[in-house]
Amino acid sequence: MTFKIINALLAIVAGIGVTLAIFWLFNWLVERLPGRSERVLKPWVFVGPAVLLITMILIYPAVRTIILSFFDRSGTEFVGLENYANLATDPAFHTTLINTLLWIIVVPVSAVVLGLLVAILADRLAPRGEKITKSMIFMPMAISMVGASTIWLFIYDWNPPGTDQIGLLNAIVVALGGEPQVWLQIQTLKLNSLLLMVILIWLQVGYAMVLISSAIKGVPEETVEAARIDGANEIQAFFRIIIPQIWGTVVTVFVTVLIGVMKVFDIVYVTTNGLYGTNVIANDFFVTLFQFYDNGRASAIVVILLIAVIPVMIYQVRRFRAEEAMK
Amino acid sequence: MSTPVQVTPTTNVTPVKAAKKKPPKEQSRANWIVRLTLVIVVVAFLIPTIGLFVTSFRPRDDASSTGWWTALFNPFSSQWTMQNYADVIGDGMGNAFVNSIAVTIPATVIPILIAAMAAYAFTFIEFPGRDVIFIVVVGLLVVPNQVAFVPLLQLFGRFDLVGTFPAAWIAHAGFGMPLAIFILRAYMQTLPKAVIESAKIDGASHYQTFWKLILPMSVPALASFAIFQFLWVWNDLLVALIFVGPGENAPITVALRNNLMGQAGAGQNLVTAGGFLSMILPIAVFLVMQRYFVRGLTAGAVKG
Repeated sequence: MTFKIINALLAIVAGIGVTLAIFWLFNWLVERLPGRSERVLKPWVFVGPAVLLITMILIYPAVRTIILSFFDRSGTEFVGLENYANLATDPAFHTTLINTLLWIIVVPVSAVVLGLLVAILADRLAPRGEKITKSMIFMPMAISMVGASTIWLFIYDWNPPGTDQIGLLNAIVVALGGEPQVWLQIQTLKLNSLLLMVILIWLQVGYAMVLISSAIKGVPEETVEAARIDGANEIQAFFRIIIPQIWGTVVTVFVTVLIGVMKVFDIVYVTTNGLYGTNVIANDFFVTLFQFYDNGRASAIVVILLIAVIPVMIYQVRRFRAEEAMK
Repeated sequence: MSTPVQVTPTTNVTPVKAAKKKPPKEQSRANWIVRLTLVIVVVAFLIPTIGLFVTSFRPRDDASSTGWWTALFNPFSSQWTMQNYADVIGDGMGNAFVNSIAVTIPATVIPILIAAMAAYAFTFIEFPGRDVIFIVVVGLLVVPNQVAFVPLLQLFGRFDLVGTFPAAWIAHAGFGMPLAIFILRAYMQTLPKAVIESAKIDGASHYQTFWKLILPMSVPALASFAIFQFLWVWNDLLVALIFVGPGENAPITVALRNNLMGQAGAGQNLVTAGGFLSMILPIAVFLVMQRYFVRGLTAGAVKG
């Protein structure tokens, strides 16, 4: 064990040291060059490692994956659109798509609404109470999705009827006179998926709350005062004055949570592994690759995810350029 | 010799009180409905974690036969034990904890250096292709990491890196790069240009300006991203599972998942202790560094 710790420390030092050394070396080399070459190459000393990493880890593999989606399960034989055709006709994949869509809609909306609610209410407290409240709501963000799944699996736990329930949800149900349920297997109205979504919402509300709270505090008090003078009550003031002014942030939060939700894997994997109709795209990808060893099909699944993400990407890039233009 | 003569007014002129409203002392505008709602929400948010925490200290038989709230309401008549933690640490969680540290710290520090250098160039150096490359970076913020896994596995496989820590470092460095560059550049743009200009006039090279001026001034942003990345890597399951894998080097998320998927409900207390162990460090880091974390979150979102 101590060997491992020493090894780890050495690895940390070595990793950092090597990076620094490379940077210093290249800079030193470039500075030796005559003026013009130096000026042209200098930026690349700085940007080079980053660009190299991005190309090597993100861009090149992404392109390879797209190509691989047209090949067979072992990646050797070209099969054209076969993987896509199979996915299009597979009812299980349809369920996966529908679930993913459901996640994408329910989680961001819920997180934003809850975050908004808490931000507004907490805003009315005195600073110390507000800080503590926010910290408590925010804390789940530090927890891993696996950890959160552990916590919530425990809440959804089931013991046979007649014995004491150890899962909080069933305990409440039994106390109200009902029968304990195996919650994560109930597919009617997608209840099990919804219960899994609760986990992600629980993790993300803190994020929504923090950002929206910042935005609300940025709303000039005069605008609200003016509305109050004109006779608006709290609710009207809220919807007509505050909401429009924080809308930009609300959208940002929504989009960020949306991106995260599209990639949701850990929660589904660790709780149901996609069974009982809870499968989502990211989980499907993992299972297809590591349980069924089907490179082609897994790649096709990921490409579909990528296509779904493209509208969001275009939106982000557009917004970025608009904001840059204003600087 | 002419000295300016200061004429002091003989009358005492009291400064006119400014016409603007003095901000009232911040006090609570919350009525009991608001307070009650908030209390309910906070409690609802805390209960799941508390449930885990309490259960992790209960012996196995108690934990699987009665709800944890019964123990909470009868603290003195229930059994409490540290055995779960002892078991789970001896069973590999301790090892996993060390592994997590070995994976997370380099995966946090390495991207920061590389991204800081790049952000510096994007902010302060004009070079051809700069804007195009940065747009690509912005676009990449959205791309799911899964898109890279299959080819990356093949690449790492060829260098025999699969299952080792460097595989995770490189992967996380690459995946975290777009966000790092984005956050750091956004921050560097707010630094006072005058200081950098005067450094240039004094003959400082980019290298010197970066290390001696910009980097120290960017510490808040560096801290923000560091916490982000730390939490992200520590809590990550997917990359850890695929590139480091279960086994000797498994970080704590993988170990937790092994426990979860292996136990058939009978070892709840081990899972709870393990789960809590995996959370202590990130929660502690988070509570201590909350301010930087929040600043990092808002940096990318609410543009001032």
